[in-house]
Amino acid sequence: MEEKKENNEPKIVAFLCNWCSYAGADLAGVSRFQYPANIRVIRIPCSGRINPLFIVKALQEGADGVLVSGCHPGDCHYISGNLAARRKFALLKNFLSYLGIEQDRVQFSWVSASEGNIFASLIKKVVDNIKKLPANKKLVRKRVGVQEYGWY
Amino acid sequence: MGGTESIENKLKDAVKDLFLKKKVDIVIGFEKGSLPLTSRPCFIRSSDMAERLVWNASCTNNLAVYLPRFFQKVPRAKKSGTPPPVVGIVAKGCDARSVVGLIKEKQILKENVVIIGMSCQGVIDRRKIESFIDGSFIAGGRQEPGGILEITTGVGDKKKIKVSDVLAESCIECQYPHVENADVRIDGESITASDDGYKAIKAFEEKSPEERWQYFTDEISRCIRCYACRQACPNCYCKVCFAEQTLPRWIGPGDELSDVMIYHIGRIFHQAGRCVECNACVRACPVGIDLRLFTRKLCMDVKELFGYIPGLSIEELPPLLRFELNDNNDFITTG
Repeated sequence: MEEKKENNEPKIVAFLCNWCSYAGADLAGVSRFQYPANIRVIRIPCSGRINPLFIVKALQEGADGVLVSGCHPGDCHYISGNLAARRKFALLKNFLSYLGIEQDRVQFSWVSASEGNIFASLIKKVVDNIKKLPANKKLVRKRVGVQEYGWY
Repeated sequence: MGGTESIENKLKDAVKDLFLKKKVDIVIGFEKGSLPLTSRPCFIRSSDMAERLVWNASCTNNLAVYLPRFFQKVPRAKKSGTPPPVVGIVAKGCDARSVVGLIKEKQILKENVVIIGMSCQGVIDRRKIESFIDGSFIAGGRQEPGGILEITTGVGDKKKIKVSDVLAESCIECQYPHVENADVRIDGESITASDDGYKAIKAFEEKSPEERWQYFTDEISRCIRCYACRQACPNCYCKVCFAEQTLPRWIGPGDELSDVMIYHIGRIFHQAGRCVECNACVRACPVGIDLRLFTRKLCMDVKELFGYIPGLSIEELPPLLRFELNDNNDFITTG
């Protein structure tokens, strides 16, 4: 019963880079562009800060999707953080879908600080994509209990 | 395959020669193992000990895994000023590529490693032999000239098996059997390089996501988390592995399946652009998980996306340390 209904409101973890995508999200808010409220934003200094384990871990903790967004290639505040990250992302996305995790579950994007409208349409698109998928069951921790794991 | 004994003698002579010329302080090689048809690593410290060395199709381990410990910077050793030893290593094609990887990652010193390049005829897979002898175990066995294994089974039968029939999968698909950067070369017959173009990986990709996930789940649920795959791998030299890290604690210590999966995803992902497909992880696995199928996917992607093959040149930067402005951008979602 639950399985069919559940994914009406997926929870998506969005890792946004401080210099472009986070500012883009801010601009979308200031400009009052509407976008679905399914994303949970985590601000990161640069998309190069993303450890592939962050993404896998988010899926384990129950996220239905993960979005990583940084500056456009060539526009990185740290010159090349997103370029180095892009190689990792390409491999990770291929690898996770090879294992059988749906391709749209993990998405990557570039949004600049001036692209508030693009940020809003990106979130709409990502949420639409993830709503089509069943709720994330694959990598999710079955046993829940903070004490048992000592997870902090 | 007739030449294993003469290769063995050549190897012994070469090692003795290295010790007499004082070119090495220690040589890592293989000696006869305690079980039939096994060899175990041994550390040769003098020319007299060189007699212990063996070379045959059961010399399976990747010996490069023992190298980094000779060069670790212990604070006390730094003070005492003892120079690191010169280490010789008996290397197959894959081991030598691991050595190159370790040099590139600055785990070992190039000038302190002497690679004794063997001509590799492939190594045996004991699980394959066990399937050949109808589930019995190998009670005795030796390698005869001509690439024949003479095996006594647990019920007392004698069987003759060709080495080429029980070669490890990684040896059948081996693309680089030759040691390119050997300091001392032991010549002999070797297997021919083959390139199957990652057929198994592409066949697996054809399956539906559900089937693939089911296979992954089935394989990983057998894992007992002994971490043998990590310990056997020359690339896994981190002092603190993410699997045992406590700040942050990436995965719990229990048998929760998602934790085990994340361990494997993490371990395999860390091999991106570094794995030389030596099969050490698969061989070390006590429950026979098909790790190869997953690790090779990353090898394939690194080759296809970045045109990089690990372990071939010391100078070339690894793929995840460099980038191009026009790298593959197709997977990016646009708003």
